[in-house]
Amino acid sequence: MEILIPVLTLGFLGVVFGVGLAIASKRFAVQVDPRLDKVHGLLPGSNCGACGGAGCFGFAESILSGKMKIDACRVASDQAKEKIAEVLGRQLIKGLKSVALLHCNGGTKVKDRFLYQGIGDCVSANLVLGGQKECVWGCLGFDTCVQVCPFGALTMSKEGLPIVDFHKCKACNKCVQICPKKLFSLVPLAGKVYVACSSYDLGKDTRAACSVGCIACKLCEKACKFDAIHVVDNLAVIDYNKCTSCGECVQACPMKTIRTRG
Amino acid sequence: MDAAQFLTIFISAVFIYNVILSRFLGLCSFIAISKQTKPALAMSLAVMFVTTMSSIITWLIYRFLLIPFHLTYLRTISFILVIATFVQFVEMVIRKISPPMYRFFGIYLPLITVNCAVLGVAVLNADMFFVGNKAVQGSFYYSAFQGICVGLGYTLAMLLMSGIRERLELCHVPKAVKDFPLGFIIASIMSLSFLGFNGFRF
Repeated sequence: MEILIPVLTLGFLGVVFGVGLAIASKRFAVQVDPRLDKVHGLLPGSNCGACGGAGCFGFAESILSGKMKIDACRVASDQAKEKIAEVLGRQLIKGLKSVALLHCNGGTKVKDRFLYQGIGDCVSANLVLGGQKECVWGCLGFDTCVQVCPFGALTMSKEGLPIVDFHKCKACNKCVQICPKKLFSLVPLAGKVYVACSSYDLGKDTRAACSVGCIACKLCEKACKFDAIHVVDNLAVIDYNKCTSCGECVQACPMKTIRTRG
Repeated sequence: MDAAQFLTIFISAVFIYNVILSRFLGLCSFIAISKQTKPALAMSLAVMFVTTMSSIITWLIYRFLLIPFHLTYLRTISFILVIATFVQFVEMVIRKISPPMYRFFGIYLPLITVNCAVLGVAVLNADMFFVGNKAVQGSFYYSAFQGICVGLGYTLAMLLMSGIRERLELCHVPKAVKDFPLGFIIASIMSLSFLGFNGFRF
């Protein structure tokens, strides 16, 4: 019998508090915009932060209040975005879709200057004399970008270079930020041609370190009919506003540095 | 009930047995939310409010429920129950009545539910102001006052810590001790200096 007293007392307390809270939650219920939950439900929920908001819920709040555009989400599919626009009764304004690209084609083609035996990620390796590769501009070949990609869009190839899966890439900018050599950039999905090199060295030095680097020969400039590619500081740069992806520069490039992507 | 007792409670709760720096309660929020003064102050005010109110409620529970039924060994669980319920309730009320205040307290109010300083005050009150399972004369007022004072002590420690850490943001600090390691070092030095109050006896 004695055990009943504590059980009943605590039970009584629990019931009183429970009922009290239940009543309070009814009485003090706050009306939340029902669209908020709907919008949040339609968002991908990966909380990647690529939009600049604090997770998907923060993003939902800021598109509801009009602070951000629906299109700022890089992950949600077009259908989902249209549905969100429908919920909010707004027109969806689409921006340009882009993907991340690696501007290096060295990988195992570039020899090592020394044996690096430190922590196996690019940021650490870069701290040691700018990495172990002959080319100080190029990819170090550890998989830091692969680790950081929240969508599994990057894989390491046998040639020691990360490959971007353009169907999975959401252009969240994470790899662009983490790469110590700044080898990634976001390019428009429509642009099929890219320069697979980031070396600002003189052509002679680049050629000595890498068999596929840009040697600044300017043949691509001459080949381009649209004035879209220029050699700036010993490196070919494509202006994607002018580029039509015709592929003339790809044909012209003697080092096969300018490439079309799959 | 006399004024000297109140003074003693005040001095001992704020300085000698400062809840953070001498009793080492509520350290989680002390380290986590002390980076800037404004949120630190918000958290401190929320804690002060909750410690005061929970001191009162737990005193009532202890005096009128646990002691008559000889259930003082159940105080931990029942105090936690009371505190959690109370914090939930306050959150609802604030959210309804004053959205700006709700945004001001933000995440800190629910965090207090699991802040051991709050439970610490409740248990301390039960230890200090009940002798032989009988309430000391004026113990209700002492308990409420101790709740306020522990909150004040918490505020003091938080403000000191956040002030120091705000200044440290501008200093060149070795990367290895930046942020939390440095926070721990500061906290330990502050704690040592607060131990200096220990010689005071009233």
